[in-house]
Amino acid sequence: MKVQVDERGYYGNFGGAYIPEMLYPNVEELRENYEQIVGAAEFQEQFDGLLKDFVGRPTPLYAAERLSEQYGANIFLKREDLCHTGAHKVNNTIGQILLAQRLGKQKLIAETGAGQHGVATATVCALMGVECIVYMGEIDMARQRPNVERMRILGAEVRAAKSGSRTLKDATNEAMRHWINNPTDTHYIIGSVVGPHPYPEMVARFQSVISAEIKTQLNEKLGRTNPDYVIACVGGGSNAAGAFYHYYDEADVKLIAVEAAGKGNETGESAATTVLGKPGVLHGSKTLLMQTEDGQVVEPYSISAGLDYPGIGPVHAHLHETGRAKFYSVTDDEAMKAGVQLSRLEGIIPAIETSHALAALNQMKFNTDDVVVLNLSGRGDKDLETYIKWGKY
Amino acid sequence: MNRIDQLFKTKQQRVLNVYFTAGYPQLSDTLSIMECLEQSGADLIEVGIPFSDPVADGPTIQESNGVALENGMTLKLLLEQLKEMRRTVSVPVVLMGYINPVVQYGIEAFCEKCAEIGVDGLILPDLPMFEYLDTYKPAFDRHGIYNIFLITPQTSEVRIREIDENSNGFIYMVSSASTTGAKASISADQSDYFARVKGMNLNNPTLIGFGISNAETFDKACANANGAIIGSAFIKAISQEGEMNENIEQFISSIKN
Repeated sequence: MKVQVDERGYYGNFGGAYIPEMLYPNVEELRENYEQIVGAAEFQEQFDGLLKDFVGRPTPLYAAERLSEQYGANIFLKREDLCHTGAHKVNNTIGQILLAQRLGKQKLIAETGAGQHGVATATVCALMGVECIVYMGEIDMARQRPNVERMRILGAEVRAAKSGSRTLKDATNEAMRHWINNPTDTHYIIGSVVGPHPYPEMVARFQSVISAEIKTQLNEKLGRTNPDYVIACVGGGSNAAGAFYHYYDEADVKLIAVEAAGKGNETGESAATTVLGKPGVLHGSKTLLMQTEDGQVVEPYSISAGLDYPGIGPVHAHLHETGRAKFYSVTDDEAMKAGVQLSRLEGIIPAIETSHALAALNQMKFNTDDVVVLNLSGRGDKDLETYIKWGKY
Repeated sequence: MNRIDQLFKTKQQRVLNVYFTAGYPQLSDTLSIMECLEQSGADLIEVGIPFSDPVADGPTIQESNGVALENGMTLKLLLEQLKEMRRTVSVPVVLMGYINPVVQYGIEAFCEKCAEIGVDGLILPDLPMFEYLDTYKPAFDRHGIYNIFLITPQTSEVRIREIDENSNGFIYMVSSASTTGAKASISADQSDYFARVKGMNLNNPTLIGFGISNAETFDKACANANGAIIGSAFIKAISQEGEMNENIEQFISSIKN
């Protein structure tokens, strides 16, 4: 099976560009120009240079021996948590700011949930001396306070999204409204593989450096480019798209996507979109969406602000529908325990988003010679308060 | 003949289209607001289908959407409320909403129902022309439902022509780069845009919306198009204290003076 976006911006039945006419010129400008800009040698050189010297790439592929012992497999951690700013998000913001500059946009806006994308955007804006506004749900601002202050220190303006449920989906609405009101001088850096075409594919391409490096590094270590499994957590799905990207069409690699089940999929407090959602349209694309029978978007719940989104990227909806990726879901409690377990076994405190991917190991059965790559998408510094509140360590 | 065509056949100037959100302020106000609007002199009525995430709307209409949903409004209920509207409402009626509730209802069933109860057209801002032509148009056509497209100051002439070719009823001219209800006056830039579009001599009539809130902005819009659309300002008027029908009559007469 070939996983590829078509000319209309669809992955199979999902994707497209469902945007109001007010955004059409912006999105069209991007669609018409991005491939040429991103494909140019000069762009790639600057992008690679910044990823190396500013972000600190390549990030290590670390053989986690004690974790491997625990699960009876050969588990490698792709250390995106060691990226500058503490998560994979910066791969995309570097790419998009270079793109925005070439499109002549002087101002940048972004939405953020946990604040990692907001921090990554504020960081590259500081680096390039560009004005930056980040929309963040009022509730998320309270639960991710350190990231709010990090953005402010970096010189970004953080605007509270006070509409609707005051979380990531509403921050995205507000960012889109801002873009409608400022269409000519502003670029909107979407942080995940969501939004209207070409965003999902563009963001996945910037994140695909993750799987490109995994291939090289695994080959150096084991003499094979392909593991048996690649595991990643999925909110919107940018770290998973990056980790899967160069393996989409390699049938011997099992792709495992892990969603947040919150307090349990039956409790009404979950963010497991593939379990609870059905096809719908939000934020510019047709995808799986948590919604009422009437088509109103349902507010998801997860302890992890980064997975607390009612949809998933259209590519993931496609991977789910076709069975190319297998989806698991993990509760708050399971994730928190897995986060503490990794801290104790490997000396790495993971982000709570990432802890969901780790917890999925408990639901899987491995052969002792299986090679498993788990994308360690972020570090847990931002989550200390949540760990403390949870308290069971 | 579609009632929208009929309207523009008899009236080419100062056409007043008024938007309100179904289920606001009270769940069952829908039909009485429509009746009062017609009696007060509205030429066209645009009924908003509330949605949880109205990205093209400013704070006033976001708020009315939220209240309507809290009141329990759904697309099914709205269609039920409008079932017998043609007994008392004769002006054209257009439903405005976001695509997701319509997709969940089913596009074919929705268009069929609209035709059955006498809805004349739909405005679905997040259904772009490409997707409409690719997938949705046959259902609209089968049931004689008009799809109303938006254009904005940023829409290129080539695209305006394309939209004009694929439109029926009228074209919704968004007055400025903004969400609904954002701006209070009409600037020089906007006047240039209005004149530019007017000079294109489009096949379809045009109505100007977004930022039309009083007699002054209505007059300005009407000088440049066949009429105008008022939404946020009307929502504010019916949010006021006092008897609603009186508020509606007063508001409409203040616009039309």
